Amino acid sequence: MAILDDTMQKQEVKLSREEIQRYSRHLIMPEVGMEGQLKLKRARVLTIGTGGLGAPLGLYLAAAGVGHLGLVDFDVVDSSNLQRQVTFTTADVGKPKSEAAKARLSALNPAIEIVSYETRLTSDNALDLFRDYDIIVDGTDNFPTRFLVNDACILLGKPNVYGSIFRFEGQATVFGYPDGPCYRCLYPEPPPPGLVPSCAEGGVLGVLPGIVGSIQAMETIKLILGAGDPLVGRLLLFDALAMRFRELKLKKNPDCPMCGTHRTITKLIDYEEFCGIRGEEAPAMTDGIAEITATELKARQDRGEKLFILDVREPHEFQICNLNGKLIPLGELPRRVNELDSSVEMVVHCRSGKRSADAIHFLQTAGFKKLLNLKGGVLAWADEVDPRMPKY
Amino acid sequence: MAVKVMIPTPLRQFTGKQSSIECNAATVGEALGSLTGTFSDLKKHLFTEDGKIRSFVNVYLNDEDIRFLSKENTPTKDGDTISIVPSIAGGSEEHN
Repeated sequence: MAILDDTMQKQEVKLSREEIQRYSRHLIMPEVGMEGQLKLKRARVLTIGTGGLGAPLGLYLAAAGVGHLGLVDFDVVDSSNLQRQVTFTTADVGKPKSEAAKARLSALNPAIEIVSYETRLTSDNALDLFRDYDIIVDGTDNFPTRFLVNDACILLGKPNVYGSIFRFEGQATVFGYPDGPCYRCLYPEPPPPGLVPSCAEGGVLGVLPGIVGSIQAMETIKLILGAGDPLVGRLLLFDALAMRFRELKLKKNPDCPMCGTHRTITKLIDYEEFCGIRGEEAPAMTDGIAEITATELKARQDRGEKLFILDVREPHEFQICNLNGKLIPLGELPRRVNELDSSVEMVVHCRSGKRSADAIHFLQTAGFKKLLNLKGGVLAWADEVDPRMPKY
Repeated sequence: MAVKVMIPTPLRQFTGKQSSIECNAATVGEALGSLTGTFSDLKKHLFTEDGKIRSFVNVYLNDEDIRFLSKENTPTKDGDTISIVPSIAGGSEEHN
């Protein structure tokens, strides 16, 4: 483990009596022993994201005695997180996640050092943040950050323990190992925005990140101990509904722009631009899409205007709440565009305003002009117009 | 050659929710062509306009990435499994 040897040599650490008792189940295993536990104590691991994946990850790394844990998350706890982010309690709703996670993990194991970074990971801070850590664990939830984490790890020579989930499927592997592949070997480019939904749009079985995050914790611990076969060059695929694990080979791509023989990327880039996203709050705004707020829509309807409403969500979302619109799920729109009348002014909506923006882009290419995006989707309608509407 | 194509979750909406499709094909390219022939909505998600597999989708024959075999010309045998593996990013929480 060349990556961790330097750290091991520099630091002299011991276990206290309390720690020996705490880690006794590790110490009696030949694969860990005192030597392994000291490696864990010297190790410095940075977890990016303290949510679905970050929760079990943080808990198991803290429990195992990883001596220096960094937790990066800019967000606050929301009640919809509690379906899967098991480090948080109901009382934590509204608190910064990195702080709430730090409190929980400290209570579990006061013997380790935990640093919380309530900050968004960006090209400006990633290298400085990563530099002090041995291993980075990617528990993020969006493509720009996945690429950012990968690139920063490769530039600094740090392993990246990767895990990702979607609905009931998960992936896990270890990128950034010497002679191993990186994320860009597998995916040189991100998908266009809107093609692969986020958990907010696609949903996720709560316990799934519990399993994948635990796998990430396991891989991190194996790397620190130098034990077993880590998932370097192996993509673990998990289908929770079928309860099947499969494995695919991941090869280092010699043409990889990041880690190949003729690397072309030598510094961090603008990842939002790379992924085709121009602004998280309102991607529509800079793309010439006209918007209507929920308040304005209600006012126009109250005045007796008959506005055609197109709902591009999925049928199960329509059942939760709806604005009585015509439902054509985004994926079906190209095939069913003939059901729409381009001479009529149309308000297009989804849950939060993202999918509807994509729908409008498509409709514009199909020649539609009288289009309005409902800013903030049904969530905004629930906030501004009808508080009885359930939010999901 | 009778092969099975595994459909990842994000693309099952285009295959009538089926998680795997059986077809007959001599190469990986033929299998994918047969798949997108039957499920035309799938085509633009898997292929660019000039017919190349999109770069955020990886295709495997059994456990090997076809980019390191003969790409779409990789020959298949009876009982082979072709896996379509798109990049997924879900992890921490909603990110709107």
